[in-house]
Parts: sequence; structure tokens; C-alpha cells
Amino acid sequence: MSTIMEQMPIVFQALNVGFVQTLKLFFVTLLGAFPLGLVIAFGSMSGFRPLRYLTRIFVWIIRGTPLMIQLLIIYYFPGLVLGKTIWGGGEDGRFLAAAVSFIVNYACYFSEIYRGGIQSVPKGQQEAGLVLGMTKSQIFFKVTLLQMIKRIVPPISNEIITLVKDTSLARIIALQEIIWAGQAFLKGSQGISGQIWPLFFTAVYYLVFSGILTLLLGWLERKLDYFK
Amino acid sequence: MAILEVRNIEKSFGSTKVLKNIDFSLEQGQALAIIGSSGSGKTTLLRCLNFLERPDKGKIVVQGETLFDADDPATMREKDVRMKRLHFGMVFQSFNLFPQYTALENVMLANQLLEKEKPGFKEHKKEIYAQIEEHAKELLDKMGLSDRADHYPHQLSGGQQQRVAIARALALHPDILCFDEPTSALDPELTGEVLKVIRSLADQNTTMVIVTHEMAFARDVADQVIFMDEGIILEQGDARQVIEHPTQERTKQFLSRFAEK
Repeated sequence: MSTIMEQMPIVFQALNVGFVQTLKLFFVTLLGAFPLGLVIAFGSMSGFRPLRYLTRIFVWIIRGTPLMIQLLIIYYFPGLVLGKTIWGGGEDGRFLAAAVSFIVNYACYFSEIYRGGIQSVPKGQQEAGLVLGMTKSQIFFKVTLLQMIKRIVPPISNEIITLVKDTSLARIIALQEIIWAGQAFLKGSQGISGQIWPLFFTAVYYLVFSGILTLLLGWLERKLDYFK
Repeated sequence: MAILEVRNIEKSFGSTKVLKNIDFSLEQGQALAIIGSSGSGKTTLLRCLNFLERPDKGKIVVQGETLFDADDPATMREKDVRMKRLHFGMVFQSFNLFPQYTALENVMLANQLLEKEKPGFKEHKKEIYAQIEEHAKELLDKMGLSDRADHYPHQLSGGQQQRVAIARALALHPDILCFDEPTSALDPELTGEVLKVIRSLADQNTTMVIVTHEMAFARDVADQVIFMDEGIILEQGDARQVIEHPTQERTKQFLSRFAEK
């Protein structure tokens, strides 16, 4: 039986590997969901009714069901029902399936926040731009965009902090993220078993990371505080 | 020749006729006040002049050039409309300043964007921007706001914001400056400073169309008055004449409500 001091390097090595996977899922999700959310937002505001309704029903389904179910269905459905795994095997396949699930899920949440942001900029701003001879795109980029961003930073920050912890849901399809790495030492891995303290440290990783994000997002919010 | 001719403008929203057979003209350097109760079509008329609404019928002619003709779709091309708008300046009831820009930047922005599109901009960017800034500062100075140039809109009072908005409209040298109830969103003690600015513009023979509820102001500053009621021009003529001696029963009724105050 080794002492905790001897176990530590092994545990942190494993937790670090898991945390890299957590971070990868986190950033890939944001990278995909930010633009996809905008596309969905425009769909849900479209003047073309069938598109608007379809988009809103899609958003309703995604926001109305647990992300965990979506993960399971997206990962297993192609292989079990269509008889063809489209995600590829191993950890890469699991990551791809998890990334797609997370991107779609978060894009739907973002789309609603974007929609609120776009619609909250008063119409008078656009009209003021028009009477000053600006084009539609000049009005969007020079007048409304920054006002929109300012309004959506707080709600988006909330979603980003939630995402940090939601990445652990990918554990359900055995993605080797940090919880998976910590839990391994409960069951037994690399000669260490029956240990719960590694799981406490996974919590510390989350806390530190979300703490850094909170500071960054707070800074961004203050940066945009110069106008009302 | 009149600088502005509005010929038989009609406009409906759904089945509601908001403007009926609106016909008037305005001479260069004159101020026209449009009065009437809420919902009489005054604001819609201004919005038609600024191409924010498209009339169903009629013509708008500025300095002999037909800017809009409901019978000629060629006058409605989106690309041209943008430039036609520049014949008119617009000051809104709720100011509509851009909150993320300072007072000075608000006044400069449109000019900077317009200059950017012209050939030779890149080579002379510095000089052009310096000129725009100098002009904008002059305008703010004229509005009595030279010490507020670097303030953001939320740091300004309503009256100051509206004066910035007037400077912003003047920056593009419009032929005709339109005001849509410029003091209606202001606290009573702030209306004076805005009216004073408009009065001084009138003294400098700025051609203006002013929708207002300030009757004394309309009488003293405007050359002409139009009284609108339910989408039609019920009475029009010399400002003092119409406001002090209205001929129509409806106009008398409307004006008497102000006299009581």
C-alpha cells in the first residue's frame, strides 16, 4: 500500500490528462456554438414562417430535453439503429459525438440570448442610422452590434460557466474527461483503488477554471460599461 | 422656386388612411411648423419625407428634382434612396443618439462613413478626418456644447442630447432639417435650451419642417403653419395668422386647449 504522497504524482498526471479533454470539449463547444447560435437566432426571427416555426420547434426540443439524453442518442443511435457508427471508434469518436451534442445544445441556448439581444436594441437606432445615409451593414456593424454584445455578455457568461461543469456529462458516453479520470481511482487504476480524494481535486480544477472565467467575463462586462 | 414640394401624398397602414392628399410647398430658408393632435399624421408625414415610410401615392420634389414618385418605381431603388435621404436631416423625439459614441463621435460618424466610400479617401485620410472633426467641433460649439464633446450620451441631460442630435443632423448639410416633436421627451425646464437652438437656426434661414406642440414657439419662429387633423391638412398659411386667427372650427378647438394653459 503506497502513501498518499506516493500516489499524488500518478493521480495528478491522470487528472491533468482528463482536464485537457475537458478543456478541449469546452473550447470546441464555444467555438461551434457561438456562430451556430447566430444562425439559429436568425432562423427563429425569419420572416419565412415555415423556417421560423421549424427552428423554434427544434430549439424547444433541444432545450426541453436533458443534454444527457441527447448525448446518449447522438452517440449510440447511428450505430445501434442505422447499423453504422458515424463517429469512429475510441476516444476520438466519443469526443466527436460529445462535441456535436454540446455544440447543438448550447447553440440553442445562445440563439435565444442573441434573439433577445438583437430585439432589445431600439428601432430608433436603426432609423437614426438610415436618415444619416448609412447602409444596412454599416448600421449593423457600427451601431447595433456593440449594443447587442453589451446586452448579451451577462447571460452568455452564465451559460459559459454552466458549460464548464456540463462538460462532465460527457462521462455518460465514457469520454475520458476529468471526472472519468478521478473516478478511476475509486474502482482501481494504476495500483490505486478505493480512493475518493482524487475526486475532490477534480472539483478544485473546476473551481479554479470557473474562477478564472468569472474574472475574465467580469472584466469584459466592465470594459463595456462605458456606455449605457 | 420652392425648395420642397409635396404633392398629393397618401399613406395607409392596413385599412387605416393616415395621410390623405397632403399637398404643400416650402420656400428656401423658411420654417414650417406642423401642428395637430396626436394621431393626426404629423409624424408619418415627416417619416415619408425621410423615406422611413413609403407613401402610397404622390410626389416629393426637392429643388426641382423628383425624389419620390409613387407612379415611378425607378425613384424607389434602395441604392438611390440612401443618398436621397441626405437631402433631409432628421431630429427624433427620443434623440436616438448612438450610446457607444461620444457626442463628438456621434456628430462625425456619418461623415466619416460617407467619405470612406469616395475615391481618394485612403491617400488623404488624415486631412479628411481632421476636417470632419473640425466641422463637428464647430457644430457642437454652435450648440453650446463645446465642453461636452467627449461625453457619452448617458452623461448628458436630455436637452444636451437633443442638441447633439441637432448637430449630428446638421453635419451632413441637409437641404431641409426635420424635427419630430423635438422637445416632447424633455423635462419642461429643458425645452427652452432646445427651442433656443432651433430659433437661432431659423434666424440663420435654415429651411426646417418642425412637428411641434409648442404653439407659442410655432407662432414666433415658423413662417408657415400647417394644421393637420385626421390625416388631412385642415388649415395652412402664415404662422401668426393661423395660430392667432384660425378659420376652421376644428383648429379653433385645438388651439383653445393650449390657450387655457
